[in-house]
Amino acid sequence: MSNALITVDGLGLVFDGRHVLHDVNFTLDPAEIVTVVGPNGSGKSSFLKCLIGAIKPTEGKIIRKPGLKIGYVPQKLHLDQAFPMTVSRFLKLAGSVSQADKAGIVEKLGLKDVLARQIADLSGGQLQRVLLAHALIGKPDILVLDEAAQGLDQPAVAGFYRLIEEVRRDMGCAVLMVSHDLHVVMSASDRVVCLNGHVCCEGTPTIVSAAPEYRQLFGHGTEGALALYRHVHDHNHDHSHTHDDSHEGHDHAG
Amino acid sequence: MPDEFLIRVALAAIGVAVAAGPLGCFVLWRRMVYFGDTISHASLLGVAFALALNLPVVLGVLICALGVAAVILTAEGRLHHTDTLLGVSAHAALALGLVAVGFLSGVKVDLLSYLIGDILAVSWQDIWIIWAGASLCLGLLIWRWQPLLVSSLDREMALAHGQNPRREGVLFTLALAVLVAVAIKVVGALLITALLIIPAATARLGSATPERMAILAAIAGVVSAVAGLAGSFRFDTPTGPSIVVAAVGLLIVGSLVRKVAGRG
Repeated sequence: MSNALITVDGLGLVFDGRHVLHDVNFTLDPAEIVTVVGPNGSGKSSFLKCLIGAIKPTEGKIIRKPGLKIGYVPQKLHLDQAFPMTVSRFLKLAGSVSQADKAGIVEKLGLKDVLARQIADLSGGQLQRVLLAHALIGKPDILVLDEAAQGLDQPAVAGFYRLIEEVRRDMGCAVLMVSHDLHVVMSASDRVVCLNGHVCCEGTPTIVSAAPEYRQLFGHGTEGALALYRHVHDHNHDHSHTHDDSHEGHDHAG
Repeated sequence: MPDEFLIRVALAAIGVAVAAGPLGCFVLWRRMVYFGDTISHASLLGVAFALALNLPVVLGVLICALGVAAVILTAEGRLHHTDTLLGVSAHAALALGLVAVGFLSGVKVDLLSYLIGDILAVSWQDIWIIWAGASLCLGLLIWRWQPLLVSSLDREMALAHGQNPRREGVLFTLALAVLVAVAIKVVGALLITALLIIPAATARLGSATPERMAILAAIAGVVSAVAGLAGSFRFDTPTGPSIVVAAVGLLIVGSLVRKVAGRG
């Protein structure tokens, strides 16, 4: 337990008079991959912002390992057209690191050819990899991804997830990923946490790469990077959150 | 050999322009054009305040610009949309300023000189103040360059980097207020924003990196200042507006060149 990178104890957040989060307990261990899923309005973005220190929680506490370095990959960059920024200049903003380390990351993420390009001109997938590189250059203990795969098609998502898995293997950082997709998660996730104001359920993703029907569901070229998560909720939500799906609908993995 | 008067006027205009360019880049990047407008309009209220209390005009303007900035930064997003808030405070500050100047019955105030500037009346003391203010602004930008850039890009990213984007925002606002205070004599309350954003927009046309844009903006600002001054003497037009017209001219030429070069 004392080994944990981040420990969240009884976290609660009141925002605009609304209890967005309550009684959230959570830990993240070194080199662990955790996916946090939740419907829109479930407080998962607020949870993430509490973790990186962007919002102060109203209740409970967050204990970060001293000297903890967080690499943050935002959903996208709201770069104004008036902001000139080449990829290579942007990567320099991540801090001073050895040229060899940086070259390694650039090479690994296949960014060599786009270094001179403007950030604003990149495709969605390229921008995603640039943001990932930026986060990795600081050699983080935790890589935090906020809906990083949103807007990518399924093979691209699968490719991105494989990349994250490789990064974890090579760099040994923990990965915390937030996703609004309640059912399809990164298969390499050690744990999946379902958040809806509080932790609804927690578990491991079902490995489905072998079953042909799932192969079909996910199309070709995803090569087992995606997996299903089966929710097991012991309670019902009587409040009017709009789930992407009802709780009863969660069992199509069964 | 240009006489001492011309040197004074040129030094004043160049001092403001050289700091306004790089600051203006951040105004564009942080989407703070309306914010800049608001605190420059507030400067008129500062003039009235200074005249009433017999303070130096620069000090009155600085205090008022900071006051309005503080009000906006605290009220932002609470009761009204930021855009609404800025629109209201910009015009409230301007109207209040005009009314307040009207109340100063004892003093004869040349309102127009504060609205569009009165650069021909700058003294050597004004020039010292302008260059001190400009150096302060540029020094701050150089000192905070990296964290300012990151916080202008993405607030959450800056936080994850262990930076304090709010502090950077406050420091930047401080620099903006200082510039507004020293620029009022040169271009006046109505046109300060123009001097901030037009050279920066021109610089954007030829820049691939933020550093290059900031340097080009300073150069574009200085070129506009000198060209505007020359035009103003040649055609006997008001100086502040002439500088802004020159800046707009430079932007149009730059855009055309860019368009032609882009095609070829």
